[in-house]
Amino acid sequence: MNALLSVIRRDLLLALRRKGDALTVLFFFVIVTSLFPLGIGPEANLLRKIAPGILWVAALLATMLGLGRLFAPDHADGTLEQMALSPSPFGLLVMGKIIAHWLTTGMPLVALAPFLGLLFDLPADALFLLTLTLLIGTPLLSLIGAIGAALTLGLRGGGVLLSLLVLPLYVPALIFGAGAVEAQIVGLDASGHLSLLAALLALAVFFAPWAATVALRIALE
Amino acid sequence: MLTAHDLACVRGDRTLFSGIEFSLAPGEWLHVQGENGAGKTSLLRILASLSPPAAGEIRWHGRSIRELGADYRAQLIFLGHHGAVKEEFSPLENLLFAAHLDEVPLCRQEAQAALAAFGLRGREDLPVRFLSAGQKRRALLARLAVRRACLWILDEPFTALDVKAVAMLSALIERHLAQGGIVVLTSHQSMPLPKGKALSL
Repeated sequence: MNALLSVIRRDLLLALRRKGDALTVLFFFVIVTSLFPLGIGPEANLLRKIAPGILWVAALLATMLGLGRLFAPDHADGTLEQMALSPSPFGLLVMGKIIAHWLTTGMPLVALAPFLGLLFDLPADALFLLTLTLLIGTPLLSLIGAIGAALTLGLRGGGVLLSLLVLPLYVPALIFGAGAVEAQIVGLDASGHLSLLAALLALAVFFAPWAATVALRIALE
Repeated sequence: MLTAHDLACVRGDRTLFSGIEFSLAPGEWLHVQGENGAGKTSLLRILASLSPPAAGEIRWHGRSIRELGADYRAQLIFLGHHGAVKEEFSPLENLLFAAHLDEVPLCRQEAQAALAAFGLRGREDLPVRFLSAGQKRRALLARLAVRRACLWILDEPFTALDVKAVAMLSALIERHLAQGGIVVLTSHQSMPLPKGKALSL
């Protein structure tokens, strides 16, 4: 457990020393989402209708942007080797890295989402639900993304392959996440979507670190 | 006691080495020699349990390292080419994090003393990217002084070190051997240490 906390602390400190990396992701999210109201114009009804989908797609792409740096720097300087050699279970340390990735990319997206939702004239309860879906959904994105990042580690052109690999896997999260907000806007019950999203997260928490660990071990051989 | 039996390594369709046999008792060390690309690093990575051998088996005190798993890893330290030193962190932060990974308790004073012993006094808090290549290696090798591991696996530990640091590292290895440790290293330099075995790939 100590090793897990120390990995999280180290990655957070590293993100603080390399602020640019985390800020790029945030700015990308902000710019992409704010381009849509500017491009479409002040049609409140249309904006409200497309808001959940756009915010979710932007969050998805922003998370993707940070995935390339999840394991690659640690692979390049040998830290990953030392983690694999640590007496602590490798999977636990990988989990630490995924948690740190969420704290530096996913959580800021969640915090920004309600403000960006205002650009689309979303009502207060929809804003709240949108933030909630992203709060459940972004850890899921980090977990699934970690599998892709581990599988493409050390490959040439890994960045493109990573998107091709991970984006299809993000589809269920997108459908249930954006679907929950859309359902609520048209007056339906959103709890079904939320439960499914949470179930996906529960599943990913168990299996994604394990799968990522296996892929990393293969990359290290 | 580290024994290797009939080890082989295959990269692609090329056999790097095969039929490697050796046995190291406490206090003994192995000097792995060979040309560039002969498979020295591959052998060390196999010994460190990072990659499985194509054939053969490695035993630690008579038990296969595959079975031992974490128990084996807890007793070895592997320092490779890259060294796991983060450029953004200071030598002190790097050393403290390495200790966390190794699960050895290490306080700030001990870490500072170890770095001072490696000639990094006054540079403990400077980000590693401002250090020279040799100082980076020193920051990395300071781990040897704080980690109580029985088996040291060192890949080219003398690269980029100056004469003083080479002498210091040799002394450290000698002390480790005198305490009953085992060392496996690759180096293009000759090593004037007792109880050495040589292995040519």
